[in-house]
Amino acid sequence: MDGPHGDATMLEDLESLDTQQRDWRQFPWWLLGIFLIAVYAIYIFLTRPSYQEAFQFIMIGLGITISTSLYAYLIALVLGLLAGLGRISNNIVIKNLATLYVELVRGIPILVLIFYLALVAVPGIADAIPGISNDNISLNFRAIIALSVTYGAFLAEIFRAGIQSIGRGQMEAARSLGMSYGQAMRHVILPQAIRNVLPALGNDFVAMVKDSSLVSVLAVRDITQVARLYAGRTFRFAEAYTVLAVMYLALTLILSFLVKRLESRLEAKGGR
Amino acid sequence: MAAKPIIEVKNLHKHFGEVRALNGVSLSVDPGKVVVIVGPSGSGKSTLLRCLNHLEVESAGEVWIDGIRLTRDQKQINEVRTEIGMVFQLFNLFPHLTALENITLAQKVVRGRSEAEAEQIARAQLARVGIADKADVHPGQLSGGQQQRVAIARALAMNPKIMLFDEPTSALDPEMIKEVLDVMLDLAREGMTMVVVTHEMGFARAAADQLIFMDYGKIIEQGKPTEIFNNPKEDRTKLFLSQILQH
Repeated sequence: MDGPHGDATMLEDLESLDTQQRDWRQFPWWLLGIFLIAVYAIYIFLTRPSYQEAFQFIMIGLGITISTSLYAYLIALVLGLLAGLGRISNNIVIKNLATLYVELVRGIPILVLIFYLALVAVPGIADAIPGISNDNISLNFRAIIALSVTYGAFLAEIFRAGIQSIGRGQMEAARSLGMSYGQAMRHVILPQAIRNVLPALGNDFVAMVKDSSLVSVLAVRDITQVARLYAGRTFRFAEAYTVLAVMYLALTLILSFLVKRLESRLEAKGGR
Repeated sequence: MAAKPIIEVKNLHKHFGEVRALNGVSLSVDPGKVVVIVGPSGSGKSTLLRCLNHLEVESAGEVWIDGIRLTRDQKQINEVRTEIGMVFQLFNLFPHLTALENITLAQKVVRGRSEAEAEQIARAQLARVGIADKADVHPGQLSGGQQQRVAIARALAMNPKIMLFDEPTSALDPEMIKEVLDVMLDLAREGMTMVVVTHEMGFARAAADQLIFMDYGKIIEQGKPTEIFNNPKEDRTKLFLSQILQH
């Protein structure tokens, strides 16, 4: 370096100014916002009995919200994997059926899908199968079916993208060793693909927990439905919906945090 | 009284849409022989190799492996593939598995070997290619040359009768080429039937029983490597050789 000393110092100053500025800009102000909301919520909760009452009432629905989301997500994972594999199948019939499913679901609002699946499709199928009466199928079950069919289509696209992100050479190497398509998929492609899409799968679980509020239209007693009941009965709308909103926020924040941790643990384990 | 050829290719054509990658190639390889295929890029040599284990399905013509004509029947092709090991330019190791697991997977899944047996064979193959100490390492932590040797060990663990090599050293740094070529030379000496697509003329000279020069999806010239290197008959061959040997 032939530059005079002054230049170097100035450059350092500029750099440090730059980092200072960046620190200020990169501070997660949104997180501070959420923190303040949480503090305010706790404050209200502790000081106003009406909020405590609303919270206790709405808590009743938490089990349903969580179990509906969990069951629906597990079924959606299976549906999504099958449909995702179907989307990339060489079999034209399977491929088109899978694509039809994905496109149908993507083209219809979730709320309409939930009405349709729970109140038209499920009864239709129940009527077609002898020995099963439509009356015996609980609304909770219908809600789970409706949510899982909907999210199965979303997850199918995630699985498809994940599988397609694995280079062609992997399949060729597996096949050249004598593995069948299924064996190669199971032992070579899917383990890598699923690891790549785990963050996306986690995000969709969070999204599904939020969308599970839609099943309240089926009178399933999840937290949304219970909050509506509470509000209607007591006319305490502010209490009911503030508590409800804070509960969803808490749920999704906790889940997002878990997803992020899973993600960083996978990255740390990485070892490619 | 020539031995029955283990590979026979009859008037093979392969089109990718408008592109004619193979334009009537016939070839026969006797057991234990080493065939080296050279030619400019786009000449169809990799496509020919990939037709031998049906990674590409021919548009017309016939491929016979060990007396069996390859068809589109998936079960048949899976069986034939267990007899044909293949080594790729980009190694194609499974990145989520260790070197050892890369070698045991197909043994267990395809050959039905027990974990213990597969592992024993895998360790023996890793020792053979000179990296016994890398068994528990993931491919990402291996050098290119080491990765390619694991890939060779993976193929050999299936006890193939034929080994196909698709430009096995083209993606390697120069200092790693030798370690891979040495393994291949050993294999050739041990009497493995090999079909090798490569730009390594030194390997061709040292190991090839038969050298094939391809261009425009056709075999332009074939024969003993010394004959073709010293006394090429076709103008295309002369031009190609002068281009690659001239530095």
